[in-house]
Amino acid sequence: MRITIKTIIVALLYLMATQAPAYADLTDAAKGLLSKSYSDKIQATEAIAASGDPQAANLLETLLGGDLYATKSDARLVSREKVSGGYQITDIITEEDLGVVESGDLSKIRINNKMRGLINDLLGRLTLLNEDPDLRLKAADSVFKSRPKEMIVPLRDALAAETDETVAGAMRRALAALNFLYGETPEIQAEALLILEEQPGPDVKSLLSAEANRMAAIQNPSPEIQELAKNVDTALAKVEEKLAMLGVVENVFQGISLGSVLLLAAIGLAITFGVMGVINMAHGEMVMIGAYTTYVVQELCRNFAPDLLVYSLVAAIPAAFIVAGLCGVAIERSIIRFLYGRPLETLLATWGLSLILQQFVRTIFGPTNKEVSSPDWLSGTWEITGGLALTYNRIAIILFAAAVLFMLMLVLRKTAFGLQMRAVTQNRRMAASMGIRTGWVDAMTFGLGSGVAGMAGVALSQIDNVSPNLGQAYIVDSFMVVVFGGVGNLWGTLVGALSLGVANKFLEPYAGAVLAKIFILVFIILFIQKRPRGLFALKGRAVEN
Amino acid sequence: MVDVINKSQKGPFVSLMTGLPGGGKTFLGILLVAALLVPLSNTLLPASSPFHVPTYLVSLMGKYVCFALLALSVDLIWGFAGILSLGHGAFFALGGYAMGMYLMRQIGDRGVYGNPILPDFMVFLNWTELPWYWYGFDMFLFAMLMVMLVPGLLAFVFGWFAFRSRVTGVYLSIITQAMTYALLLAFFRNDMGFGGNNGLTDFKDLLGFDLQATGTRLGLFVASLIALAFGYLVCSFITQSKLGRVLVAIRDAESRTRFSGYRVEYYKLFVFVVSAVLAGIAGALYVPQVGIINPSEFSPANSIEVVIWVAVGGRGTLWGAVLGAFIVNWGKSYFTGSFPEAWLYMLGGLFVFSTLFLPKGIVGTSANWIEKLKNTRQGNPDIGIPLPVKEE
Repeated sequence: MRITIKTIIVALLYLMATQAPAYADLTDAAKGLLSKSYSDKIQATEAIAASGDPQAANLLETLLGGDLYATKSDARLVSREKVSGGYQITDIITEEDLGVVESGDLSKIRINNKMRGLINDLLGRLTLLNEDPDLRLKAADSVFKSRPKEMIVPLRDALAAETDETVAGAMRRALAALNFLYGETPEIQAEALLILEEQPGPDVKSLLSAEANRMAAIQNPSPEIQELAKNVDTALAKVEEKLAMLGVVENVFQGISLGSVLLLAAIGLAITFGVMGVINMAHGEMVMIGAYTTYVVQELCRNFAPDLLVYSLVAAIPAAFIVAGLCGVAIERSIIRFLYGRPLETLLATWGLSLILQQFVRTIFGPTNKEVSSPDWLSGTWEITGGLALTYNRIAIILFAAAVLFMLMLVLRKTAFGLQMRAVTQNRRMAASMGIRTGWVDAMTFGLGSGVAGMAGVALSQIDNVSPNLGQAYIVDSFMVVVFGGVGNLWGTLVGALSLGVANKFLEPYAGAVLAKIFILVFIILFIQKRPRGLFALKGRAVEN
Repeated sequence: MVDVINKSQKGPFVSLMTGLPGGGKTFLGILLVAALLVPLSNTLLPASSPFHVPTYLVSLMGKYVCFALLALSVDLIWGFAGILSLGHGAFFALGGYAMGMYLMRQIGDRGVYGNPILPDFMVFLNWTELPWYWYGFDMFLFAMLMVMLVPGLLAFVFGWFAFRSRVTGVYLSIITQAMTYALLLAFFRNDMGFGGNNGLTDFKDLLGFDLQATGTRLGLFVASLIALAFGYLVCSFITQSKLGRVLVAIRDAESRTRFSGYRVEYYKLFVFVVSAVLAGIAGALYVPQVGIINPSEFSPANSIEVVIWVAVGGRGTLWGAVLGAFIVNWGKSYFTGSFPEAWLYMLGGLFVFSTLFLPKGIVGTSANWIEKLKNTRQGNPDIGIPLPVKEE
């Protein structure tokens, strides 16, 4: 009986939800609340819900919270708020400010438990039919979580009326959960099960496994229950399998994300190491300088052009490239060019340089972390399915790394500078004999590598603390990538970075982050024994210095 | 390539400077004088006397002596065999941990939790029994064996793989760095059973002597000097033997040496293991003098710093390494005390300056100058064992 009444109400609700708000209807409907009889109040409550007025939900919530009052003088429904010298009251329907009254001027609208249950139901339904799809989605998800039996019918109706595909999906899932739990015939339950297993997620898995456990515990189960239990088990297995697959996908994504961070940090190193044979221990500091440039650009924007603040990150990319690149050229001209052919000495000198740069930045900016904010267009997540959500800034870093790699390839392969650079890599003396200014190429190459490191700093400022020690954290990892991938080959760096990133993320769940990293380090140490020149080694005479 | 074995051309002063027997005697003499004078001055002279050496200074110098031994071990492989290890701090720290474990067991039930077997941090982690690898560390001799065995074994395994597959130059440097970095991460873990982040500390006594007592500190200082002298003798014996000549040949032209029929990897492996054991001994003597050992000793930055001591003092000259360790560490103590901001600039500048302008270190460069001043007719400005300067 009750269900049919509700059906009618919901049908009415649906009809009316599209109509323009009408205070009169709501006011009329709400009059019954002033009655002393609870059956009148119940009728009034249902009428309120049926009114389709946007204020209806607010009214019911206030009523449920016990904050609804009526003025004794003119019987208006109000909410009250304590202020000095009495209560500030507001008309609940028109939201009109009615001034301050004393406590004695108001009478509370009381509700009983039966009404509370009813109001809860009605509220759930009201939100399922709300105009805002986000709220509808939330309502559907909350139904899935709490799974009240009486929501089956309203949910089905709301689903029939639903136009938004995402919301409809969530409703279907919630409905399936309800049907599965409370379905009257085994067929309905089995059908619901099929829908559920199409929507894998951790919550579906926990629902199914709880239900499977419950059924397994039943003594002397009937054939129907046995059948259902079997179905539940297969559905659970399927969901688990899908979840495992999603887990793999997520791990791969996380791994690629980590890999692209490594790639960004290592790719400049691959250039300086690969082309010039220079071990630049100050490379991490170039990354740090890039990150601090991002910070400075952001602060400049904040102070001089607040409108452009959201784009400061974009502006920071070329700025970081130029600043770090100029630092690189300066380092090459002042120190490294005197040390060519002595890689171990270069390593020591650049290490000293990295100490100086760190201390320099610490002196200027202070030792504490600097805040580089993420612009709005980079925050938030992209939810693909129930179990899989990717954050935008991680996606952006992957794309950025890919773009940087692509640009570098282009520079190396398609420009005159790239040609000269490759010539110097392959045979320095011959290149010099052909009229290439090897010194100039060295300086520019070093500048390019450092500039790319600076751009990596822009990306890292989004996911890591901008502090003087930023670069140190990445220097060992960068070397691992370069050594693993093989020097003088950007593809090697790409493969090295991605495989190390993915391997790290796959080991993490089993071994923990620290142990995973140790495994990777040990693996690389062993790998070097097998292939001392990395995955993609240069062949020929260049190998033996 | 400069002829390596051409000794007859050198003036007598140069041979004295470069760790040939005469120089060695001077060096050992200085160590002996220090071992006698410092304890005497500390105990006999009144505190007001200008020649009195206060106890804190004894410990500080003891620390420097340990660093000097570490520098010596790095110089042995870098200066004479061309192996630049950026992970020698790992061997130092492993020796230190072995000593630390012995000292931990010596605490007995005097710890905060009063557990007679388990160190405090294990009680804190709710461990109920001692991990197997802590067995035996209550015996001093076993612990001292481990001080040498653990770094030696690690160096043997690491070197076996690395040298056999001909990992050389910067690649070797990078994987030694990776090794110490991996150990750093590992020792930070509480599950490892080495005290995690905090390491091992709160030591009470060594062989029954109170670590805080002046007498113990003097004893440790003298022991460190003896260890340094021992290390020096071992190193100069190795470098002056035929084996040392082969090592220098490997440093200057590895392929050529190999083609001449020498098993390069065995020579390198031997000297690498000896060096690691010396570093371990240095670590073991260091720990009781500073009273703590924690994972930060494994940090790659520490290992690189050791290399700069050697570079400043004079790579390829044994007592240059010792001198470099003393100078740089004295500078560090002075500057971190008086101008903490300036120290990293100083250290960084030292790296750059010494590689650019002092490629042979203080000892090598001053030897050159003296040689020039003496204006010997031979006109060869190079010191005993010249460093390779590769031509572009």
